[in-house]
Amino acid sequence: MIPAVSVSNIHKKFGDFQALCSIDFNIEDGLFFGLLGPNGAGKSTLINIMAGLARADMGTIHVMGNDVRADWRKTRRTLGIVPQELAYDPFFTAREMLRLQSGYFGKGKENHAWIDELLDRLGLTDKADENMLQLSGGMKKRVLIAQALVHKPRVLVLDEPTAGVDVELRKTLWKFIRQLHGKGHTILLTTHYLEEAEALCDRIAILDHGKLIANDTTEALLELCPYRFLNLSLSSPLANIPELIQKKVVSFDNSEIVLRLHRTKDSIGSVLDALNSADISFHDLHINEPGLEQVFLSLTGAKDD
Amino acid sequence: MINWRGMNKLFVKEVLRFLKVTVQTIITPVVTVLLYLLVFSSVLSDHVEIYKGIGYTAFLVPGLIMMSVIQNAFANNSSSLFQSKLNGNILFMLLAPLSDLEIYIAYTGAGIVRGFLVGIGAWIVSCWFVILPVHNPWILVCFTLIGGGILGSLGMISAICSDKWDHIAAFQHFVIIPLSFLSGAFYSIKILPDFWQKVSLLNPFFYLIDGFRYGFLGRSDISVVTSFAIVLGCFILVSFLCLLILHRGYKLRS
Repeated sequence: MIPAVSVSNIHKKFGDFQALCSIDFNIEDGLFFGLLGPNGAGKSTLINIMAGLARADMGTIHVMGNDVRADWRKTRRTLGIVPQELAYDPFFTAREMLRLQSGYFGKGKENHAWIDELLDRLGLTDKADENMLQLSGGMKKRVLIAQALVHKPRVLVLDEPTAGVDVELRKTLWKFIRQLHGKGHTILLTTHYLEEAEALCDRIAILDHGKLIANDTTEALLELCPYRFLNLSLSSPLANIPELIQKKVVSFDNSEIVLRLHRTKDSIGSVLDALNSADISFHDLHINEPGLEQVFLSLTGAKDD
Repeated sequence: MINWRGMNKLFVKEVLRFLKVTVQTIITPVVTVLLYLLVFSSVLSDHVEIYKGIGYTAFLVPGLIMMSVIQNAFANNSSSLFQSKLNGNILFMLLAPLSDLEIYIAYTGAGIVRGFLVGIGAWIVSCWFVILPVHNPWILVCFTLIGGGILGSLGMISAICSDKWDHIAAFQHFVIIPLSFLSGAFYSIKILPDFWQKVSLLNPFFYLIDGFRYGFLGRSDISVVTSFAIVLGCFILVSFLCLLILHRGYKLRS
């Protein structure tokens, strides 16, 4: 099967700055793919090359089997891009913007029903005939998503779609994007919210300083940090530590003990049983599950603030 | 294969854009022409005769109409494209399956339409001062299209190359307006000293105005065929330059 997106040996320099260096990966059709990386890692540059907004110095990108440079018309018809910045035309209403964008893709009145459906599904029907200037930031973001979908692209690229939007809208967008994925769209998501990538993506690639440092399933990446931490608030000072858990202790004092447990090999139940057998009582417990953030930080070498 | 629908939609969008601010884009330039006519016609019409048997106002009006056409074609494309660049909404056009040629034709076409509408408005208000004969309507149409086309293309070029509104203003006020004022719109170059006549012949706007005036009056400073050939050459040249800039993606695609 042809991959939805195929990135081969992409290099890009801006002056002396190497923005992308030898990037290779495929995104299978129908996948929810996350592209992560710190600021300046090259995510947006890669998306821009895919969209034809930038040109690679070397290498090729294919979208649904079409070269983004040689078959640019076909590529653009299969690709929908939601840009990071809130861009809008202040002369038009949301509905007019969508109809114009639809027209650029060669679609006429036959596409108006789809535009109305998009407006409805994104909660924009009431605001459809208001000038873009009058819409809130969240509404403008919804219009951008509708614009990216107006020509029914097979592949949808979302560049930081939930950056700067409130929690309610973020949930709405997640739900909508999940629905799109469920209908067979291939989704490429870049985000700074790692819990978002963890919750949504089937597979994740991590870019750092223009290089691809990870590309695996979300589960496999999470396996890179297989430990979780059990914090127990003790009811009385600790007299002795049972042998079963001695090797798992990270720290302890009179009021608290912290244990490091393997996600799959250590059972919390048996640890609690061992504590109970040793007459160690506690009044509260807290489990700290390491997520993608720890994986990301360990791979990119970034310091956790 | 040409994306006709896409190109047409971009053209329609550009026309709709300026029609949404008609006071600024159509009425104001027409009022400016009216003011020129009020001042120049009342002051000079009885004192100056450039072509024998033709009053100064009749001489002036074609020049003013063509000046309005070219200045507004330039203003339309430079402001629209530059504002899109600043707002970031140029992205929507760049992400669409539109070729450089389709983008060029849509924008230039919209610039020509605005120039044409302002020109019609200017002609209508001029009827209050003088009813012009029409010697050859096809010449009027040809020179309007080519004049709007040249300046529409220059408007696109200036918008693409500019980084701030200052750059657009500099191009407009140091290039477009001086060239249009020194193009023989208000006078015949035949009354100029020899040196300034030769300098005037280097100004492509002179040929636009002189040829356009011939379309109304049947009189011109130089042969209308020469003017047509020169303005057509200029149109091909600036179109090529604009397409080259679009093709290279200069300041549009990194």
